[in-house]
Amino acid sequence: MNLVSVKRVLVAAVGAVAFAGAVQAADISGAGATFPYPIYSKWADAYKTQTGIGLNYQSIGSGGGIKQIKAKTVTFGASDMPLKPEDLKEAGLVQFPMIIGGVVPVVNIKGVSPGALVLDGATVASIYMGEITKWDDARIKKLNPKLTLPATTIAPVYRSDGSGTNFLFSDYLSKSSPKFQSSIGANSSVQWPVGIGAKGNEGVANMTTRTDGAIGYVEYAFAKQTKMAYADLINKAGKTVAPSAESFQAAAANADWKNAPGYYLILTDQAGPASWPITGTSFILIYAVPPDAVATGAALKFFDWAYKNGGKMAAELDYVPLPDTLIQQVRATWKAQIQGVAL
Amino acid sequence: MNTVTAISPRHAAGQRQRERLFRGATLAAALLVLLLLGGVTLSLIVGAWPALAQFKLSFLTREIWNPVTDQYGALAPIYGTLVTSFLALLFAIPVSFGIAIFLTELAPAWLKRPVGVAVELLAAVPSIIYGIWGLFVLSPVLQRHVQPWLIEVLGPLPLVGKLFQGPPFGIGILTASFVLAIMIIPFIAAVMRDVFETVPDVLKESGYGLGATTWEVIWQVVVPYARTGMIGGVMLGLGRALGETMAVTFVIGNAHRIGTSLLAPGTTISASIANEFAEAVGDLYTSSLIALGALLFLITFVVIAAARLMLMRLERRALSSA
Repeated sequence: MNLVSVKRVLVAAVGAVAFAGAVQAADISGAGATFPYPIYSKWADAYKTQTGIGLNYQSIGSGGGIKQIKAKTVTFGASDMPLKPEDLKEAGLVQFPMIIGGVVPVVNIKGVSPGALVLDGATVASIYMGEITKWDDARIKKLNPKLTLPATTIAPVYRSDGSGTNFLFSDYLSKSSPKFQSSIGANSSVQWPVGIGAKGNEGVANMTTRTDGAIGYVEYAFAKQTKMAYADLINKAGKTVAPSAESFQAAAANADWKNAPGYYLILTDQAGPASWPITGTSFILIYAVPPDAVATGAALKFFDWAYKNGGKMAAELDYVPLPDTLIQQVRATWKAQIQGVAL
Repeated sequence: MNTVTAISPRHAAGQRQRERLFRGATLAAALLVLLLLGGVTLSLIVGAWPALAQFKLSFLTREIWNPVTDQYGALAPIYGTLVTSFLALLFAIPVSFGIAIFLTELAPAWLKRPVGVAVELLAAVPSIIYGIWGLFVLSPVLQRHVQPWLIEVLGPLPLVGKLFQGPPFGIGILTASFVLAIMIIPFIAAVMRDVFETVPDVLKESGYGLGATTWEVIWQVVVPYARTGMIGGVMLGLGRALGETMAVTFVIGNAHRIGTSLLAPGTTISASIANEFAEAVGDLYTSSLIALGALLFLITFVVIAAARLMLMRLERRALSSA
């Protein structure tokens, strides 16, 4: 290497460092839930090419996101579980939904194709409490009069890592079965009395596909992309629904957001004939009186841009954008509750 | 070439100064270790305190782990940690011993290097790779071919049978132990090989000179000479098995339960922390997870201390018999 090229490399390196530093200063920083991470980073990519402002999002989990925003180390936190209105007030935070996702029960029963099996919340709860142990149990047969179900033992598979998926699923089962609620309850990790724990969506999908008689639950995108045998569910209105972007959006649209202070609303088991019963939203947390109004303003601009332009990208990754009415309501919340930020 | 030059007083003073500086720097480096250890211990105790104050000794004796009702007991992860590590040693020690003996005593010269390098490479594979391999490759094989056989043949036996009952999930305590064994074999084998290489040729040759067979030389010369070092290698492996996180998390089944069967899912201390810490909300929950970490610290410390004691006693005996 001659001297000239050494010099050129050095100049380039210094330039790159300086450039990175300059961009870093304008970056939006956030931390939290892992579930929306793929779509947030896809939006961030597109946003950066348009505006030059990047997003530094650490997907450290909802619990971590809440801790980070409370410690004021990030501009926004992200959580799959909404904070209660009183907690929001105490911490001085504003909460709003950002993206919709759904959880889908998947099964591995010989001779049962995707969408052929129908279950309801009470039955799934009984399976996960170890009360129904065979696939040809009378309670499952009653929901599926046309299917011939084998006498295989049911092998329940659950998510072992704490996750929003766990929360939505256990919350749905708690709403469907009083016994499940009192003996197990809803949380990002719960003490399952039976079954086997697999790590992450990929672990649950893997265990379910290779264990005869298994039932598991995964995020919708995962069920769709792996083409696993999902089960249809009977919703609150008594209708059998299949998991799809439409049925998730129906659940979000039917929800009573207007009367939910702090958007504290869990979308499981919503009313409406087309609503998928295990739907959830991922939330953003931001300070009502931001310690750094410029940074918070930049973050809100990004979210606003994502509401406007992010729908198609979300659909490509099998996420579901919020319904328009809800977006309008969130914008009004920003104006009313977040201080010192020009929108 | 050896020319002795007189050192001027000024030169000597400079040298003394440099020596003092160097001594100070090394002292600081050594103290840093103590400081770090103290800091880790302190923050673990402070973090674990709310949980320990709430549950007291029952934290160690209860199997319950329920984030919904905020009730935590560490018995299941302690059990899982100890059992998987013990089984892993059980599988790994004979194999590592075989590798080390073969490499030092029996292998033809052209095979020594490739096998030796392969062992060292195995040690360098990141643990996440072992975890994914265990989940996607090893556990389906165990589920389809090994576990059904175990359940059918060993399951009905009295006493032992209890260890091999239940559905063949493919993942669980036994699978985790297998993966751990594979992970610690290179460590134990490498240490044992190095120790065996320190056995003086003179000793071995005297053995052969007296008409001993290879078997007799290995068991009566090499192994007794290298015993202390071998135990050191085993302890190194045990230390790694106790704390291994990622690989175990993938294949242990992650259930806070104590099953009698080795095929049943379980959990270990480090797997529980890795699984739950990121999403743990609530002070008692995070504090209980930190208390688990403190327990692991304590267990590892006890194991290392026990190993040290054992080594010291062996050395003393070797000295007194010499």
